[in-house]
Amino acid sequence: MAHAIFFYIFSTIAIISAIMVTASKNTVHSVFFLILDFISISCLFIMIGAEFLGMIMLIVYVGAVAVLFLFVVMMLNVAQQKNQWFLSSQSSSHIPIGLIISTIIFFELIIVIGGWKYKPELFEKINSTSSSEGISNTHSLGQILYTDYIHVFQISGMILLVAMIGAIVLTFRQREGVKKQDYIKQISRERSEGVEVLEVQSNKGVQIDD
Amino acid sequence: MEYLNIIFQEVYKILFLLVPVLVSVAMIVWLDRRIWAFVQKRQGPNVVGPFGLLQSLADALKYIFKEIIIPSSSNKVIFILAPIVTMTLALIAWAVIPFNETQVLANINVGILYLFAVSSLGVYGIIMGGWASNSKYPFLGAIRSAAQMVSYEVSIGIIIINVLLCVGSLNLNDIVLAQQSLWFVIPLFPMFVIFFISALAETNRPPFDLPEAEAELVAGYQTEYSGMMYAMFWLGEYANILLMCALGSILFLGGWLSPIDFYPFDLIPGAVWLIFKIIFLFILFALVKAIVPRYRYDQLMRLGWKIFLPLSLTWVVLTASYLFYFNLLPIN
Repeated sequence: MAHAIFFYIFSTIAIISAIMVTASKNTVHSVFFLILDFISISCLFIMIGAEFLGMIMLIVYVGAVAVLFLFVVMMLNVAQQKNQWFLSSQSSSHIPIGLIISTIIFFELIIVIGGWKYKPELFEKINSTSSSEGISNTHSLGQILYTDYIHVFQISGMILLVAMIGAIVLTFRQREGVKKQDYIKQISRERSEGVEVLEVQSNKGVQIDD
Repeated sequence: MEYLNIIFQEVYKILFLLVPVLVSVAMIVWLDRRIWAFVQKRQGPNVVGPFGLLQSLADALKYIFKEIIIPSSSNKVIFILAPIVTMTLALIAWAVIPFNETQVLANINVGILYLFAVSSLGVYGIIMGGWASNSKYPFLGAIRSAAQMVSYEVSIGIIIINVLLCVGSLNLNDIVLAQQSLWFVIPLFPMFVIFFISALAETNRPPFDLPEAEAELVAGYQTEYSGMMYAMFWLGEYANILLMCALGSILFLGGWLSPIDFYPFDLIPGAVWLIFKIIFLFILFALVKAIVPRYRYDQLMRLGWKIFLPLSLTWVVLTASYLFYFNLLPIN
């Protein structure tokens, strides 16, 4: 009973905020709705007992990815942030591409969920580990991820690393004439290099060589 | 009816946790100012109440009766939401802090991940406040703090992995119980130091208080806030600092475990030990504030990404290899 009530609360919030991401006129508001969507999805994860996935969703997507989204979006000019989605003729040309992509994702989801429903033996391995009693969600996830799927897991890590290096290489530029602080040089400076103690005689002064 | 009963019981428990936390936040502000003053040979707040203990209450009263000014060009909904988010996030994290083996509001399996997630959400209050003010200084402060908190979260996460390797569980009570023979501060001492410094950066404390550096940015993201909304930012910030101290004492100083575990001393409840450890860490926080000058921004980023991240990653490899080689890995 209580479980169902909470499920409907979270899923309603998730769907409404997902619609608001595209519908809201202010880009920053869109990102905040996206964050709300992530949070309610992670609540749904926790409700089905996948507490590890829910927390990772919060940490990775809300705590890191969405912060960077917000970072970029906030840099845009606030006055230009009126999203003329439904009005201008330019942006409506993107609608067919969006429709194609969403149809593909929809059919992929149907294939996965249909397979789960009608061919349960395909998922036997996953079911057998997660249903065993006394083992927490995190343990069973680790046992699958680091044994049967270790290669896939490592490859996905490598792909992320390559993407990161690619982004850095694309944006890296060596600027001329920038003064940089060399910490090693500063720390290893000796007293004899910087300071010289002189005997100053009265009425004669000191000759400082240039 | 039974639902109502459950709800009342939970609300009672939550109040029993939150009221002491809020009172201790007020006390800790006083302690912070006193320590800061003593280091600089001043008196600090010593007028209101005995030793000035009621100074924070007087301040709070002043904030309550001040006018709340909302800038006309600000984004009003987000402007009002920002301090609420900061305060809420700082308080909900206390739900998983164990004060004893049984005295914990929510003994969840992924307690440490929950704490980490909540502390990583803390950046939103600052970004929202800074952006919604629609003003230069708050915006610069918000951008600085977003970059700073995301950078230092990475090293805190890896330090947590170090501890978790030795524990084998994400439950905070298990982490405390794993330290019964040896507190993790001894084998993982370098990690404790890095955790302490990263916690300073994560909570925007000096010497890493660049988001609110008063010489450059007036008050950073708080510039446009006044009255109770400012006070909520302030309370949230100090509740976050206390939370980081609690996290540090659970991860490294044995949480509610007693350092002297024989007859007359084992009557002292575990909660008292935890509070002592939190206060000890907080005194260190306050001393750092008084002693160390502020970092420059590029120095801060260099420290986070080029020193702490490689160091803590190396330590993960070291810990894992040591545990693997001597067959000490906690497998259950």
